[in-house]
Amino acid sequence: MRFTFFHLMPYRPLDMTERHKHRAGWVVLPNSLYDPKKGADEYQAYIDQLVYAEELGFDVIGVNEHHQTAYGLMPAPNLIASALIQRTKKAKIAILGRALPLVNNPVYIAEEFAMLDNLSKGRIITGFVRGIGNEYHASGLNPFFSHERYQEAHDLIVAAWTRPGPFSFEGEHFNLRYVNLWPRPYQQPHPPIWIPSMGSSETIKWAAAPERKYPFLVTFSGRDLVARYLNMYREQAKQYGYEASGDQLGWASPVYVADTDERARAEAKAGIETLFNDFLAVPWEMLLPPGYMSLSSMKNTMKMRKALGTRARHSMEELIESGTVVVGSPQTVRDQLARLRDATGANNLVTMLQFGVLPDDLTKRNMEMFASEVMPQLR
Amino acid sequence: MALQELRHKTRDVSVRLYRDGKGEPLVFLHGAAGPPPWGPFFQTLAGRHDVLVPEHPGFGLSDNPPWLRNVGDAAMYYLDFLDGLGGAPLHLVGHSLGGWIAAELAMRNGARLKTLTLMSPAGLRVKGVASGDNFIWSLEETARNLFHDQAFAERMLAHVPSDEEADIALTNRFSATKLGWEPRWFNPALERWLHRIVAPTLVLWGRDDKFLPSAYAKRWGECVPNARVEIIPDCGHLPHVEKADSAAQKILAFIGGQK
Repeated sequence: MRFTFFHLMPYRPLDMTERHKHRAGWVVLPNSLYDPKKGADEYQAYIDQLVYAEELGFDVIGVNEHHQTAYGLMPAPNLIASALIQRTKKAKIAILGRALPLVNNPVYIAEEFAMLDNLSKGRIITGFVRGIGNEYHASGLNPFFSHERYQEAHDLIVAAWTRPGPFSFEGEHFNLRYVNLWPRPYQQPHPPIWIPSMGSSETIKWAAAPERKYPFLVTFSGRDLVARYLNMYREQAKQYGYEASGDQLGWASPVYVADTDERARAEAKAGIETLFNDFLAVPWEMLLPPGYMSLSSMKNTMKMRKALGTRARHSMEELIESGTVVVGSPQTVRDQLARLRDATGANNLVTMLQFGVLPDDLTKRNMEMFASEVMPQLR
Repeated sequence: MALQELRHKTRDVSVRLYRDGKGEPLVFLHGAAGPPPWGPFFQTLAGRHDVLVPEHPGFGLSDNPPWLRNVGDAAMYYLDFLDGLGGAPLHLVGHSLGGWIAAELAMRNGARLKTLTLMSPAGLRVKGVASGDNFIWSLEETARNLFHDQAFAERMLAHVPSDEEADIALTNRFSATKLGWEPRWFNPALERWLHRIVAPTLVLWGRDDKFLPSAYAKRWGECVPNARVEIIPDCGHLPHVEKADSAAQKILAFIGGQK
């Protein structure tokens, strides 16, 4: 297996009482709740953790993009990637990902990734996403055109990386007379593109197409959904006439390891529950703006929602039960991860070993335990 | 005549059309939530007019043509729609999103319009006076913010939608997003071109509109040459629901005064 150490960089000093006076930890959460002195310390601690992950033997270190939120302090993940390039030697650096529909000229994304690829001499893995629904409230961009803009931006970026410039690009949303990248990417024909997704049949069909074969990562889902989506990808590949390799399949999950199950559960609880209930949780009007998913998918989602009723807070125990998070002794964690790997043939595991308010000392020990007691056995 | 629910075709697009009454045609363009229930407002208008309420393309059970990308497209579509009704002059009434479409139609070609009524129309921005964020509001906030009299909000919240109603509400929300999300409920070009509206125009607004504040009414009055602005007290964003009789009487009086 290939292991990624992934970070969201949450703002841990958040006053949770204040947080819940607002509808979400996103977009409308007053930034007077952000203390720059504490925030600067957060960046330093988190970058140290990412650098330490290379030393511990992780193959990939990963960051991502979110806007106007205490959930993740990386509106510009390439800035962090650039800092990581200077402090690491061999780990791949994954930006999982940039939200393509949100920019008015996707060539800038192609340029920044090409720069990072040159700066790192080919250690960059890119991720192409649409951004979480909240991003459309933060940016003001019309979610109805999210899919269209994503497709078009993807085509433009890949063309910018691979076609000799200058050339012109004629799209519905993006029209450019001159596309001519300086620098061109270091990796040929271009840096790898991974597709992190909550899972949708349209995305799977698109990512698995023979001309793309993009690695697909299921995020924030219980084990049954992870297995279902990854097997959908496999099936789709078969329909396209090829066998998907394990490198095309992966999933992302918060993981916490300690010497016993009891200790792991006690130490992880606050971090897990703040991640899901305080940082991530948003009302559906923010998470699923109209057009973010297709009308037919949205109709189904709303019916499911109606059937489920209003959701109370998630408990860690319930998240462990569904396999959305993996928490326990080395044996427990190894078994659960191996079972999902064997059920899906996935070769990519994206771990979140810091989550929610989990403090630095526990994060460090979690990383060390995972690297020594879990990673070697699963390789 | 009794209320009829019809299918109506203009070029390649078939829409649902509600129609009742006799007299000069009056076309009502609905807001983002779809055609309002056929209540006293329409009944009063139908006493004097042939009232036509089309469901916009992309809304409810009407076709959703792929070429409909923005409010300008909707305005051009309704010019075709009016042409399809024959040559008689008519009265155009638009509410909220429908008011925006009506204004864009009238500034492109007002030849057919005898009068224009804009009820709490979207389409203009007044800097410093923010519209309400209907896309972030919960269902409860939406209901509360639409009305001055909270008894209307309570009734709206007490209604449990059928599956079909829920599907239509979602369809309408998608199309409203396409047309109104960005820039949020306005077209910056409108201020430059509203002077082209020649029809006598009535701007009606609920004083307690929490979605599009009644301060916008003044701006409309300044931009549209022959506009009369009337503010309805104790009324929110839906004058045709909350003050059905008064809104209908004002429209009829305005139309009557033009003859």
